[in-house]
Amino acid sequence: MDDLLSEFLTETSENLDVVDIELVKFEQNPHDKTVLDNIFRLVHTIKGTCGFLGLPRLEAVAHAGETVLGRFRDGSLTVTEDAVSVILEAIDQIKELLAHLEAEEVEPEGNDDPLIDRLRLAAEGQLGGMPQVVEEDKASSCDDSSDNGAVDEPSAEAELMAEAGQELERPLRPGEVSLDELEAAFQAAEGPAETDVPEAVATTPNPDAGASTDGSQKASEVKSIANQSIRVNVDILEGLMTMVSELVLTRNQLLQIMRGHEDSEFKVPLQRLSNITAELQDGVMKTRMQPIGNAWQKMPRLIRDISRDLGKKIDLQMEGEDTELDRQVLELIKDPLTHMVRNSCDHGLESPDVRRAAGKPEAGRVTLRAYHEGGHIIIEVEDDGQGLNIERIKAKVLANDLATDSELDAMTESQIQKFIFHAGFSTAAQVTNVSGRGVGMDVVRTNIEVIGGSIDLRSAEGKGSTFTIKIPLTLAIVSALIVEAAGFKFAIPQLNVVELVRTGAGSDTVIETVNKTQVMRLRNRLLPLVRLSHLLGLNDLSGDQVEKPEVDVEPREAEFVVVAQVGAQHFGIVVDNVFDTEEIVVKPVASMMRNLSMYSGNTILGDGSVIMIIDPTGISSKVDDDLGDKGSSEEQDRASANADERTSMLLFRTGTEEPKAVPLSLVTRLEEIPVEDIETSNGQNVVQYRGALMPLIQTGGSLRSEGRQPVLVFTDDERAMGLVVDEIVDIVNEVLKIEMTSTSPGLLGTAVIKGKATEIVDVSHYLTMADDSWFVANRRVHHDPQARRVLLVDDNAFFRNMITPLLSAAGYEVTAVDCVEAAWKLHEQGHDFDVILSDIEMPETDGFAFATALKGDERWGSVPLLALSAHNAPEDIEKSLQSGFKRFVSKSDREGLVAVLNETVSNNEVAV
Amino acid sequence: MSKPDNALDFTTRKIDFVTFTVSDQLFGVPVISIHDVFAPKGLAPVPLASENIAGVLNLRGRIVTAIDARRILGLPSAENPEECMAIGIDKDGESYGIIIDRVGEVLSLSSDQYEPNPVNLDSRWRDVSDGVYRLDDALLIVLDIDQLLHINQAAAA
Repeated sequence: MDDLLSEFLTETSENLDVVDIELVKFEQNPHDKTVLDNIFRLVHTIKGTCGFLGLPRLEAVAHAGETVLGRFRDGSLTVTEDAVSVILEAIDQIKELLAHLEAEEVEPEGNDDPLIDRLRLAAEGQLGGMPQVVEEDKASSCDDSSDNGAVDEPSAEAELMAEAGQELERPLRPGEVSLDELEAAFQAAEGPAETDVPEAVATTPNPDAGASTDGSQKASEVKSIANQSIRVNVDILEGLMTMVSELVLTRNQLLQIMRGHEDSEFKVPLQRLSNITAELQDGVMKTRMQPIGNAWQKMPRLIRDISRDLGKKIDLQMEGEDTELDRQVLELIKDPLTHMVRNSCDHGLESPDVRRAAGKPEAGRVTLRAYHEGGHIIIEVEDDGQGLNIERIKAKVLANDLATDSELDAMTESQIQKFIFHAGFSTAAQVTNVSGRGVGMDVVRTNIEVIGGSIDLRSAEGKGSTFTIKIPLTLAIVSALIVEAAGFKFAIPQLNVVELVRTGAGSDTVIETVNKTQVMRLRNRLLPLVRLSHLLGLNDLSGDQVEKPEVDVEPREAEFVVVAQVGAQHFGIVVDNVFDTEEIVVKPVASMMRNLSMYSGNTILGDGSVIMIIDPTGISSKVDDDLGDKGSSEEQDRASANADERTSMLLFRTGTEEPKAVPLSLVTRLEEIPVEDIETSNGQNVVQYRGALMPLIQTGGSLRSEGRQPVLVFTDDERAMGLVVDEIVDIVNEVLKIEMTSTSPGLLGTAVIKGKATEIVDVSHYLTMADDSWFVANRRVHHDPQARRVLLVDDNAFFRNMITPLLSAAGYEVTAVDCVEAAWKLHEQGHDFDVILSDIEMPETDGFAFATALKGDERWGSVPLLALSAHNAPEDIEKSLQSGFKRFVSKSDREGLVAVLNETVSNNEVAV
Repeated sequence: MSKPDNALDFTTRKIDFVTFTVSDQLFGVPVISIHDVFAPKGLAPVPLASENIAGVLNLRGRIVTAIDARRILGLPSAENPEECMAIGIDKDGESYGIIIDRVGEVLSLSSDQYEPNPVNLDSRWRDVSDGVYRLDDALLIVLDIDQLLHINQAAAA
């Protein structure tokens, strides 16, 4: 690209950024003359240079904008939000034109007449019902050359300004542009930015102004600094940085060697070399450093636009703008930061009336803060808004199957809050123009982690949230963990390492094997493991030219697991040994080895040896390949666990060796009854239990002859029944999936529990047994005519059998059917119920359809309808409520079910 | 007969060759294409890499990728790997070391001693050989460095 043009583009875009900020400042404080002057000068500079370079479209827009600004300046036009908006629009348009210019090196086709017309209207004070212009408008000629437009400026000051441009533009416009002329142009164009008084500029243009790297952000006071800075190509700086990094490494090597030779004559010079190297590193780092304020420049404008869009009042505060960080890092955090600020404004801050109601000042506050902390830069985005809604996050977590109810219960608030960093997580109820466009906090997190940073948040409901980003000062040198596998050393970037776990001898953690796949239990999670030596094929190598120690395939006594994280995936890398961490400069591997995805590079360690750097991303994709099919990845494990609900089961043994199980929720108590207390009555073993006789039912086993007999006590309403068992084994919380249904009475079927085939006992069968043989006489008597009649519709026999006794125990008369069709049959037969409980998911007609059909029914239409579901998906809840269900109950929440049922029935009775 | 044309380059002048042996066979490479001769110490193998790659090592602060000439020529591994030498080559900003058995001397050879590869030469040898010089007491095979690196490159791709 033409040097001239590129210089112009750089200068102009810097200037425009300043204009953005200044304009917002100006809007807030329209009487600040210095701010206005500053803006005016900048726009004028742009206009002047455009005209000079023969860019008519840019010039026209800039000129029209300048006219409006001129009117602000001489007081002939009142500053309004609308007028400022139009000018901001003009700035945006200029930016767009510049972008095109940068890409194509020519101005785009077309014109900006509509915008210019609006600018003209604004200048005339006729935009959006603005107050009348004080002076007669003479700006109608604004389409003409800048000379004319500028001459038309009413104020003396402005005329002088214009002349400054005029003198330069006039001779230059028609012909080719020489470098000398460019120099002159920039001098004059930049001139006004150098001082507050235009007259001074016209007479004393600054010869060095063109070299300013700071743009005119700090205008007058920067003058002397500007004279001392030069523009340097970034590539040169990058090259310097690499060399210095190498120098640092070499220094480290020397120091390491020196450690062995305490009184060497090299010691002192080496010390000096070391210090100088450190200083040099510092110095070179500084050349790449930029104040974070550069990344924040667009924020005031952003906030202004957002507050306009959302109708919120937002104050932006920035602290520590001059905190410096590597320009590469700066570039990378710009977008995440912008996103976070948008988020804070949109989700964090409440609307003014909500804030007022909450007793907060109407204007929300967003604070950007940056500071250094031990080799890291900390950036905080803080708002004083509503904070994160824990309940909403929980619901979303459940809906997305990211964790189970019980897992959530065990979590602290801050752990729950961190779910917002998970992929696909947005708590925004609706998508707004500002955020919620599918770019969630997970993207922010990923972007930040890519550069080795971390993100954290603190939030108090109602008080606000603070997001904290911690990023390294530079990316050139990274810290790596040195590990050993099969006798070879490798480096793993510390960035990806979450923790180190020692396994085997003397450790609580052991490596377990599932179908040849190794896993490890880590805080109640299964962590898929990969053996580094396997991954690298080190066990297969034999007879190689390099001697290798014997490699054992069997797990060793003591090993280390490097828990690594790539994106959302956690996995463990099993290594034989872990050494220390070292600062390394990642160098690319030779081109002939670039096809190896396992390595991200190589480096020379302090001891002079070359080491390959393991790329955890490469491993993670390998882990997926290796383990994905076996379903061992954490995600899959969790997904499958959530697909079915967990049920607490009581395992016991009776008669045979095979374990049997009953749902724990049905068991009232576990008792051990002294054998001598067992009596016989009417051929039935009974025991006096809590002032009544309780029949004891045997399911195969026999009563003990002495000692204490374990008995499971079931109560059904006021009846009690004891199930005699040989031994109570365990209580487990497992996904209950009945694999084989049973035809034999007393058994529901067989399920796999703890890896063993387990018979699931049908409690209701035994209850009836006890009932028939013992309570048969008083059943009718006992039967409560007031008992509420419940119709239970559920295709799952297990649930029917489990819920029926539960509800009977709670005093309901339960009629259970296995499908909607059967329910309708009961309807036809004239049965009536007080409550209908229906499963949602059923094979033929589902619960929603049933509910919808019931709505219009004259008999059953008014009967309260409760939805039962194994899943707590919010969509289901909503859909069920829409289709006519009164409440939604989770199948796993048995106590809740009874409570809801009681409540519903009593409410209904009151209502009737 | 892979590159008979190259022979023409050598017709008018004498060329200096560094000679070395691999498994008792005499080889030579033009002096100008060599950067260094060194003893490959501290070789770190690169698992999963092509078997031609012996590993990476640190040569005066640069990472050098070592290529095993014996492997490329289809010969058994060296009996005494510690005594091996390497010739250093820079290509496209990357450093390579070709591990050979022993470095010999520098010979100035004239083109009339040159002959293209014998047709019955093993294809693995022919791929990396640029012809043969008839010396008084032996035959010297010209190792084509570019071709040698290219083979590895292709294997990697």
